[in-house]
Amino acid sequence: MPDSLSTPAHKPLSNEIMIQMEGVHKWYGAFHVLKNINLTVQKGERIVICGPSGSGKSTTIRCINRLEEYQSGRIVVSGQELSNDVKQIEQIRREVGMVFQHFNLFPHLTVLENCALAPIWVRKLPRKQAEAMAMQYLERVKIPEQARKYPGQLSGGQQQRVAIARSLCMNPKIMLFDEPTSALDPEMIKEVLDTMVTLAEDGMTMICVTHEMGFAKTVAHRVIFMDSGEIIEEKPPEQFFTNPESERTKLFLSQILHH
Amino acid sequence: MAEAHIPHPDLPPPVSTIGVIGWLRRNLFSSPLNIVLTILAVYLLYTALPPLLRWVLWNAHWSGDNRADCPADGGACWVFIRVHFEQFMYGFYPDDQRWRVKTALVVLILSAAPLFIRSVPGKIKMRLGLSLLAIYPVIAFVLFKGGLLGLATVETSKWGGLLLTLVIAGVGMTAALPLGVLLALGRRSQMPAIQTLCVTFIEFWRGVPLITVLFMSSVMLPLFMPAGVSFDKLLRALIGITLFQAAYMAEVVRGGLQAIPKGQIEAAAALGLGYWKTMGLIVLPQALKLVIPGIVNTFIALFKDTSLVLIIGLFDLMNIVHNATTNPDWLGFSTEGYVFTAAVYWLFCFSMSRYSHSLEKRLHTGHKR
Repeated sequence: MPDSLSTPAHKPLSNEIMIQMEGVHKWYGAFHVLKNINLTVQKGERIVICGPSGSGKSTTIRCINRLEEYQSGRIVVSGQELSNDVKQIEQIRREVGMVFQHFNLFPHLTVLENCALAPIWVRKLPRKQAEAMAMQYLERVKIPEQARKYPGQLSGGQQQRVAIARSLCMNPKIMLFDEPTSALDPEMIKEVLDTMVTLAEDGMTMICVTHEMGFAKTVAHRVIFMDSGEIIEEKPPEQFFTNPESERTKLFLSQILHH
Repeated sequence: MAEAHIPHPDLPPPVSTIGVIGWLRRNLFSSPLNIVLTILAVYLLYTALPPLLRWVLWNAHWSGDNRADCPADGGACWVFIRVHFEQFMYGFYPDDQRWRVKTALVVLILSAAPLFIRSVPGKIKMRLGLSLLAIYPVIAFVLFKGGLLGLATVETSKWGGLLLTLVIAGVGMTAALPLGVLLALGRRSQMPAIQTLCVTFIEFWRGVPLITVLFMSSVMLPLFMPAGVSFDKLLRALIGITLFQAAYMAEVVRGGLQAIPKGQIEAAAALGLGYWKTMGLIVLPQALKLVIPGIVNTFIALFKDTSLVLIIGLFDLMNIVHNATTNPDWLGFSTEGYVFTAAVYWLFCFSMSRYSHSLEKRLHTGHKR
């Protein structure tokens, strides 16, 4: 199924750095979840993070928009270093969209209201303008006809596409995807991946935590493999899949590719 | 290609499962135990209902204006209620000023009516509701209390009857809900000082009986006040009841807040919404909707608890009826008085219950995520 995805052209990347993580450590109590994470992401770059569950993939990307605190190291997002200042965190979150495994749409609002909410309340756009923009993005994820429905009336794949549209309505510079297809029925995975590919074609900076290796192969500039809180391997997909270095990566790949 | 599948035609259902007979079988005679219970219930109705109806309706006395019109023949004396009706509604509010209360009631009914009309858009309802909440108490207060715009002053000690009950209940509800919401949010706050403050407040007020609160407000509080400073007794009772009910409300709302998945808050945060916007736009609308039954439960309890103000000498509906039953001219009609009181309380509480029911249905947009 992922083979049918079209390949976005790999445009040359600019040298502008969008995300810089330096020596990030995080503990949950005594449990060391992230161990010295170093990661630099350039503008327009697309990164796929994979690894076994509990390896710290989600935690890593959740640190980028500060949904998780970290105890040491530093993260610079779009030129701003994350601090404890609430206003500054909100500032950065405006520029960083996030798509969750369980969609997290707001069930008491219609699809259109879900999308227009943040532009109205955070960007202070007039309602008309925000709704027009929301419709535009709903068209882009190919579900404008569902705009007046409530999330509970949509299929999982449709809900996830609404979630993507909702993030895009904030015109983010970076999109984070936290296992966007893991909670979906198999026949709905493709529609979501297709939407993500379109996004990639437009040059969005993306970090995706996913097990969709087909997506990684066709879309990613780099694939990162994490295990027990560490980045084990970091390579362009063609090398990552054909010529992995570490034994741990090889074992992981053999488990997810041949079953 | 195989032949197209033709489904069998639908057969009519067995006669015993539909219509009146089906309903009876399903609901009243579905098992031996149910059959016994049904027969028992019918027997109880048969023995209890006729005497009750005889007392309430058939043998009851409706017309007249003194107790001589109510011979003791096993019927209720509704004359007692009729004669005292005005007093039950207004307490000792001066006769010639009662039009002010009626005006306030009419204003309330007219201005609140659109809230209950289904075709009015939600946004207008919201605005109207909020402005009513802000403006109506002022209008009502000016009308009731007077002393402004050429209206004669009517001291709060003269307010009474159903009017007083509704004032206490209305103020209690409209003040306790927002305060309860703030307390609930505070209790779940990340800031230890705010959290401790809210927990202490809630646990203190939940831990004392309302009667104690009312006693304290009316007897003890004046002792701590400097000489010459005195609060209105009604105001003190209102504050006591509000704080007391807010503590209960806080716990009800907290139940709702805890039912909202963390993902909702994270999604709001990821969009750049701050704490108050996240709470106001995402969490509270869902949480409050979930706990409508609990909120209304607290409202109903509050409504009935207003009758406790009788112990500090306020003449609410309950107390004024009680007062009338001790009137030497009308001794012996306390049953009628209390039945009437119960009916009035029931009417209000039941309406609240039905309204909350319809609200729940209307706001249901599916809790699937």
